[in-house]
Amino acid sequence: MTALGFPEATGLARLRSIRVRVRPGIAISSVIVLLLLVALIDPGLLTTRSPTAIDLEHTLLPPSLSHPFGTDDAGRDLYTRVVYGARESLSIGLGATGLAMAIAVLLGFLGGLAGGIVDIVIARVLEVAFAFPVLLLALLLIAIYGPSLQTEIIAVGIGSAPGYARMVRGQVLAVRKAAFIEAATALGHRRAAVIGRHLFPNAMRPLVAMITLGIGQSIVWASALAFLGLGVAPPSPEWGALLDSGRLYITTSWWLEILPGAVIVLVALSVTSLGRALQHHLEGAAR
Amino acid sequence: MSIVGEATVTTVASRRPAARPVARTVRRIIVKVVTAVLVLLGAASVTYFSQYLVPGNRATAILNEQQGRAQQYSAAQLAPVNHKFGFDKPVVVQYLDYIGGLFRGNLGTSYTQFKPVTQVIGAELLPSLVLTVCGLVAAWVIAVAVILLTAKRRRFISALGSTWEALTASLPPYWVGVVLLVVFAVEIRIFPVIGGTSVLGTVLPVLTLALPLAGFLGQVTRDEFEKVLDEPFITTARTRGMGDTAVRLVHALRHSVLPAVTLSGWALGALVSGAVIVENLFGRPGIGQVLVTAVNSRDVPVVSGIVLVVAAVYIVANLLVDLTYALIDPRLRDT
Repeated sequence: MTALGFPEATGLARLRSIRVRVRPGIAISSVIVLLLLVALIDPGLLTTRSPTAIDLEHTLLPPSLSHPFGTDDAGRDLYTRVVYGARESLSIGLGATGLAMAIAVLLGFLGGLAGGIVDIVIARVLEVAFAFPVLLLALLLIAIYGPSLQTEIIAVGIGSAPGYARMVRGQVLAVRKAAFIEAATALGHRRAAVIGRHLFPNAMRPLVAMITLGIGQSIVWASALAFLGLGVAPPSPEWGALLDSGRLYITTSWWLEILPGAVIVLVALSVTSLGRALQHHLEGAAR
Repeated sequence: MSIVGEATVTTVASRRPAARPVARTVRRIIVKVVTAVLVLLGAASVTYFSQYLVPGNRATAILNEQQGRAQQYSAAQLAPVNHKFGFDKPVVVQYLDYIGGLFRGNLGTSYTQFKPVTQVIGAELLPSLVLTVCGLVAAWVIAVAVILLTAKRRRFISALGSTWEALTASLPPYWVGVVLLVVFAVEIRIFPVIGGTSVLGTVLPVLTLALPLAGFLGQVTRDEFEKVLDEPFITTARTRGMGDTAVRLVHALRHSVLPAVTLSGWALGALVSGAVIVENLFGRPGIGQVLVTAVNSRDVPVVSGIVLVVAAVYIVANLLVDLTYALIDPRLRDT
């Protein structure tokens, strides 16, 4: 603006120009993720009640000022339970995404670097894996090992790994052809050094955003399993478990299902949109 | 799929440069079909060997499941179970029996019900298929309607459309289902809470499946649609005096649905996952209910049977999408 000779906007006009640049979606997402972090570090900061305090005189109360999310069948404050459940839900999301990424990076790099028959075999294995929908593969694993927290994490992790593996493989193949890799090889660097110092960091960069996207997805998948009664068992305030225990009362006490579900949706949406923003940012930096 | 296929096609082409396009198309189709069969075989191997992962002795697990308690059994008690399920044969023979059985439509025997898996699944397949197909069709109808009404309109309306798509695309099916159920079956009593397979009871399950998918398909189509509307041939059509609605319907839509069609094959997996949840939420008969019951009783043959059937449907559907492309799109045919 100033370069063109226009005076620098001041006061209200300037405020307005700043407001336009802050995208509202990103702002809301950041606030939600911030609240989530507070809930992870110290749930007591967001609520004064206890997630396990049973109050049989106030069961199944609809949302009100004193109970913003209402109460459940044992009179426990649902909002407090959601806040305390964040830790477990997010650790499931992190665990599953971590496992999925570990498998994906291993297969993707192996295929992308080794090439030849190894790559063909890995590509075929992934193709077979793609034929199984995430939820069904997860259910198969739960049928084999029985429902538990560990199985849930492993099931969601393995279920979502093939998608990431394909992306990692594509990334490795793309970076491998880049001029700076050729340059490094031409300069006489050892293969291991080229891979470790140049290829790996550059191929991994877009994965940072993918991990963020993956956490949101994993929380949703894990809560879907719990919704089917195959995840973390109900007395826990884990979000999926809240959905599972609320299903009995769906025709009378809507808040038990809809509100924890809305929190899952909001968290997944926020994490995802921050991940997307990060992705755009990183891609912009790469160009 | 393409690595082997491409290699064969190029060598053939280089040896005989005058290879007729028809012959090339036939060759391409054969390669695709063979690959699909191999992938199917791979999927069957996965479901077969997954049964070996069950911890502990399988015959003991089966007897425990039937008796409803955990205990040890003598060899004499285990022998008939081992014989019935073929556990006493070598692994290779069991595997070949399983694969051979698949060709005769035999998916193994249920651990809990002692009858063929095909019988357990059998009647439940149709309602699930109806639900999935209706879900896909409804998703397309919603996606196309939203695009036609909102894409490249006034800024506010366009933004409304794309926000709607972004929002619905990220909603998990169970939550959509719960909200629809509470609003339209509990608060406003238009639809039944547990609808079975009646037409009225199918509306909410179908919508539950369709809304998130419609958002996803819409997001993919919108970009293409808006790009196409800027093309010179659209301007030409307008100068011929063609109305806006006709331009959108006849020209723009046709050119912009291709990516979403491809993704519909892929979306089948998401639809089936959604159907499992929807059937359990709405108490609708189908493989979803059977599946969850089987997972709970750890009846691995039934679970892996259903998983294999779904994988087979997915592979065949995507093969069909692929083949349709090879036949329709000249650009793909000649490469």
